Amino acid sequence: MCVTCGCGNTQEATLSTAAGTVEHEHEHEHAHGEHEHVHADGTRHTHSHGHAHQPVTQVPGRDAYLIQLEAQVLGKNQLLAERNRGWLTGRGILALNLLSSPGAGKTTLLERTLSDLKGELTATVVEGDQATSNDAERIRATGVRAVQINTGTGCHLEADMLQRALTALQPPPASLLLIENVGNLVCPALFDLGEHAKVVIFSVTEGEDKPLKYPHMFAAARLLLLSKIDLLPHVRFDAELAVANALRVNPDLSVLRLSAYSGEGLSEWYGWLRNERAACARAAA
Amino acid sequence: MHELSITRNVVAIVSERAVGQRVTRVRLEIGCLSAIMPEAIRFCFGICAADTPVAGAALEIDEIPGRGRCNQCGTEFALSALVGRCPDCGHTGLRLVAGQEINIKEMEVEPCV
Repeated sequence: MCVTCGCGNTQEATLSTAAGTVEHEHEHEHAHGEHEHVHADGTRHTHSHGHAHQPVTQVPGRDAYLIQLEAQVLGKNQLLAERNRGWLTGRGILALNLLSSPGAGKTTLLERTLSDLKGELTATVVEGDQATSNDAERIRATGVRAVQINTGTGCHLEADMLQRALTALQPPPASLLLIENVGNLVCPALFDLGEHAKVVIFSVTEGEDKPLKYPHMFAAARLLLLSKIDLLPHVRFDAELAVANALRVNPDLSVLRLSAYSGEGLSEWYGWLRNERAACARAAA
Repeated sequence: MHELSITRNVVAIVSERAVGQRVTRVRLEIGCLSAIMPEAIRFCFGICAADTPVAGAALEIDEIPGRGRCNQCGTEFALSALVGRCPDCGHTGLRLVAGQEINIKEMEVEPCV
């Protein structure tokens, strides 16, 4: 049961900050005003009136009505995502949505990036996982503020979760916001959060055909980081083939190769971040 | 797994538009390249609809085949995956023009007695 309002809805994501506060959010249904309706044959009935006005036709021979909706199922998420994007853009905050399979090295890359760029920029982090605050704690150990979102049964972050995280984090203007999505190569591709770009991390311990097996993620991303390249001498992984497969799915994808462990390729990644931050600052000006 | 959250969205949108009337039928449009499994939506629908005005409603799903347009010559062609090759010029750069829909087309309601 929800401790805030007493309702029985327990399926929603929880959010925890460094102070340990846990929020819970969901929608409550609200009533619409009732009004009386008189039919042509004189019968009366009372019904409530909704917000939307769609074309309605009576089903022949039955007291039933067909309502044309043409509603996008993800329309509400899209609307919230655009609101987040406007909020972030107006403050010159560069927000990146980091996506990968579990274990591709997202958190390790974040730790290294945040440590290396500490003197250069202010960053905040949103961590998404089904359970535990382990990743947010790893980020906080680098001195960077982070909130953890636990999605519970959910397998991806949604725009309303980012909205709550932004309220809790209050990222400063012109800062960098890194959003580590739930480790999953399918669902997070479908849900826009309001980020400026999706960055997909693909490690050399995975299969070269992963972009072909999970094309949605690679199609939605702007940048591919081929990670753990220090392991290339030890694994049977054809990096050229892997990159070619990713480019087949998304010919516009930028590709960088790096290792958060050895440091190889990190300067190019930091260069990409600097360019994006500069573009973001120009957009806000 | 994202089908659960998508189905919850469907039930929420339909319940809101039903404004207290009983929903007897819902018709969805799902693109074959949308990464949504119609079977999983059907599985989740009855569970998500329980205790809502949508409980017991029939679910119909129209599957929309994928179509791509070649970035080079503009030819439109059927697409069964996100990756494809233009049948006319062989170019692999393409833009999806259909197959990514996740829409609620229509719903049927019966006024409450």
